[in-house]
Amino acid sequence: MLSIFRKEIHTFFSSLIGYIVISVFLISIGLFMWVFADTSVLDYNFATMDQLFSIAPLVFLFLIPAVTMRSFAEEKANGTIEFLYTKPLTTIQIIGGKFFANFTLVIFALLPTLIYYYSIYQLGSPVGNLDSGAIVGSYIGLFFLSGAFVSIGMFASTLTNNQIVAFILGAFLCFFFHWAFTYVARLPIFTTTLDLFIQKIGINYHYGSISKGLIDTRDIMYFISVIFVFLYATITVMDTRK
Amino acid sequence: MSVIVQGLSKEYGSQTVVDQLSFEVRPGEILGFLGPNGAGKTTTMKMLCCYTQPTAGTATVAGYDIQTSPLMVRKQIGYLPEHNPLYEEMYVKEFLQFVASIHKIENKANRISEVIELTGLGQEQNKIIGTLSKGYRQRVGLAQAIIHDPKVLILDEPTSGLDMNQLIDIRHLIRELGKEKTVIFSSHIMQEVQALCDRVVIINKGELVADESIEKLSKRMSGDQVIYVEFAQSNVSLLPFKMIKGVEEVILENGVYIFSAAHDADIRKEIFETAVSQGLTIIEMHKDKASIEDIFRKLTKSVIDA
Repeated sequence: MLSIFRKEIHTFFSSLIGYIVISVFLISIGLFMWVFADTSVLDYNFATMDQLFSIAPLVFLFLIPAVTMRSFAEEKANGTIEFLYTKPLTTIQIIGGKFFANFTLVIFALLPTLIYYYSIYQLGSPVGNLDSGAIVGSYIGLFFLSGAFVSIGMFASTLTNNQIVAFILGAFLCFFFHWAFTYVARLPIFTTTLDLFIQKIGINYHYGSISKGLIDTRDIMYFISVIFVFLYATITVMDTRK
Repeated sequence: MSVIVQGLSKEYGSQTVVDQLSFEVRPGEILGFLGPNGAGKTTTMKMLCCYTQPTAGTATVAGYDIQTSPLMVRKQIGYLPEHNPLYEEMYVKEFLQFVASIHKIENKANRISEVIELTGLGQEQNKIIGTLSKGYRQRVGLAQAIIHDPKVLILDEPTSGLDMNQLIDIRHLIRELGKEKTVIFSSHIMQEVQALCDRVVIINKGELVADESIEKLSKRMSGDQVIYVEFAQSNVSLLPFKMIKGVEEVILENGVYIFSAAHDADIRKEIFETAVSQGLTIIEMHKDKASIEDIFRKLTKSVIDA
């Protein structure tokens, strides 16, 4: 697993992919947080990082499928998947190595935003006047959300040889699992009956609940389940290809 | 036995690609695996490398069953797939390091330089794989296949698409490797197999048609004759020629009709007479002993009926 992980990370940073992902994420988040008047912390009059945590899922929605689209689609198109599958590696090692590599890249993109926390902490009046508990919770939420998006994106990548198809499919599935259930639950026919249940299927509900700083094991279990379900689906698809 | 194949079959839907194939390969033997395109060579090799699951039958490689212990089999095998897929964006050395780390090779640096020297990649070791010529790509493919010093090498058409010099180099390399390892390599070029192998297995439409040493195979067919005939006319009805006693087969190749005949019969006279009666003009006719190419053709029966 480690050799696959190292190779994938190396590919990210020896090509442009790694740098582009990190800079696009930081630039877009940075613009929303500090520059655009509507959402800028400086004009907001509150020391908060809410902007980051509401915009990050949206950016990840496009960015993570862009990272994961090549995972299997490229290997299948180039035939290198045959190379991997005739080496003494199990499917779990191959998929695990790729999952952790993709996940690590996304976390690398997320890490520099800790500087924003420090800045806002210092800018608060008095210094340190911000809800650190909620921020820690939100980071944990974002951490699990990216894990879920990575496994969804990797699953999408196993379904096709074409990276563009994998990207679109991945972005759609991420959107679907993040927001669609929230909106479906609001349909009049579900009101007061199934609405809460349907909302709970979506990622958004659990992300929102962790973001409040309330770290509930049920939410954590939800995220871990989503990650495992999609990784399991990925393994199943790759194993039945024979 | 190094490789034992028993009743191996592969079906895709209703199509049978490999049908009840059985053969054995002794340690240290170079086995030529022959057959026309689409005969099932690649599928068989993929099954031996545990990439494709057989639908029936099984095989063991160096004592490990391909279905129950695929990981152990993959450790014993060095495999060069048909189109030699490689990570184009990686450097040669970096790629070999990656493969070495998959195989958990101790003393990586040493082994990598050994393999680079063995495959003659010295000059190219710091280049990106995507920029290499076909011959050097093939060497990289061989280098990754032998890096863990496998007992069995499975090479799928290792010489296809190479020019004459590259071909000779790669063949030389295979022969060198074959001194210590069991090698199974597929090809559809008969001379190549004749030059390299101790034994041949010929398959056609997924079925075994021959499993013999090269000498035996050519001896078995040595009495056979082939007669090459060229007619002035282009539309020739073959039926009357096939009626001639002693003719086993007529094949059209590049405008030349190739008649195969059994040992003793000299059918040139009959061919001439039949041609005359059909109003055909023979512009060339010569007799030859059946070559190994003809044997291959005969066994795999790529007959074109005009």
